[in-house]
Amino acid sequence: MSHEAHPQVGHVVPLSTLFAVLGTLLVMTFVTVAVSWFDFGRFNLWIALGIAVFKASLVLLFFMHLKYDKPMNAIVIIISMALVMLFIAITLTDTAQYEPERIPGYAPSIKTNPK
Amino acid sequence: MSHEATPHLQHHFETPEQQFDAGKLGIWLFLATEILLFGGLFCAYAIYRANHPEIFLYAHQFLDKVLGGTNTVILLCSSLTMAWAVRASQLGQRKLLITLLSLTLLGGFGFMGIKYVEYKAKWEHGLLPGTHFAPHEEAANDSPPGEGVKPPAHGKRPSNVQIFFGIYFLMTGLHGIHVLAGMGAITWILVRSARGEFGPDYFTPVDFVGLYWHLVDLIWIFLFPLLYLVS
Repeated sequence: MSHEAHPQVGHVVPLSTLFAVLGTLLVMTFVTVAVSWFDFGRFNLWIALGIAVFKASLVLLFFMHLKYDKPMNAIVIIISMALVMLFIAITLTDTAQYEPERIPGYAPSIKTNPK
Repeated sequence: MSHEATPHLQHHFETPEQQFDAGKLGIWLFLATEILLFGGLFCAYAIYRANHPEIFLYAHQFLDKVLGGTNTVILLCSSLTMAWAVRASQLGQRKLLITLLSLTLLGGFGFMGIKYVEYKAKWEHGLLPGTHFAPHEEAANDSPPGEGVKPPAHGKRPSNVQIFFGIYFLMTGLHGIHVLAGMGAITWILVRSARGEFGPDYFTPVDFVGLYWHLVDLIWIFLFPLLYLVS
């Protein structure tokens, strides 16, 4: 019966894979919350982002079938994410260049280093 | 000739596989535009956090990690039921498909319910963006439990805290609108499943709505640590 019901297109992901992915995602959620109680200084942000990227990769690869798809879909989504990162990186470097003290009285409310 | 065997094949496609891949690429292009849409907000977040970390350190204390974490778990579980629903439609398991889509929809309701509790608490405590920001100090420091506000907020309040709530409401609000849209799409798929329209020969809409629902989950995976877990 099961061989009759097999779809002609697409890939059927095994249940064991789906549940293993969910289990890992839940554990990583617990880890990211637990880590937030500790102070690693500026590394907290990078740990949280690293865990988020790992979780996102699992969702993309297995829940969203990218692992089994033709590479074109992965290329589309990776390029869009790379463009967002480029956008953020360039804007961040730009905002770091403000030097309000160079011209006295100019943009007095902007601080380069609040801390 | 081949259309006898493949009634769902549109005339402008050669094979079901070509039709499926073309549709799927279209959905992925749409998801890419969604990522670019949220990218602008993530950029605003990055700029303000880089320039004013003290605002984020102070204001995130008003967000409830437990409620946010619960919502993360709800969305992850509903992502599983959605991925499983795609599998059920591929294998022609109609009753299982209907059950799983209903569970996914229930997850959406659960998420929006918790979101409502959180927004309501922010509203009542005056923690609103822009000129509407008027925090009730006594309420923020002494709120009853279960209201979604995590008291007390330690430290002296820095200036321009309303910026955090502007970013918070825009990011979670746009995400919430996406959850609602996803719930609408799942309802549509649920009705069609009940009519028995999906099976191994044709499950494309289930697959594509699933991709959208996973994207909503994906964005929350980033929103949760960035907004709730600042430290």
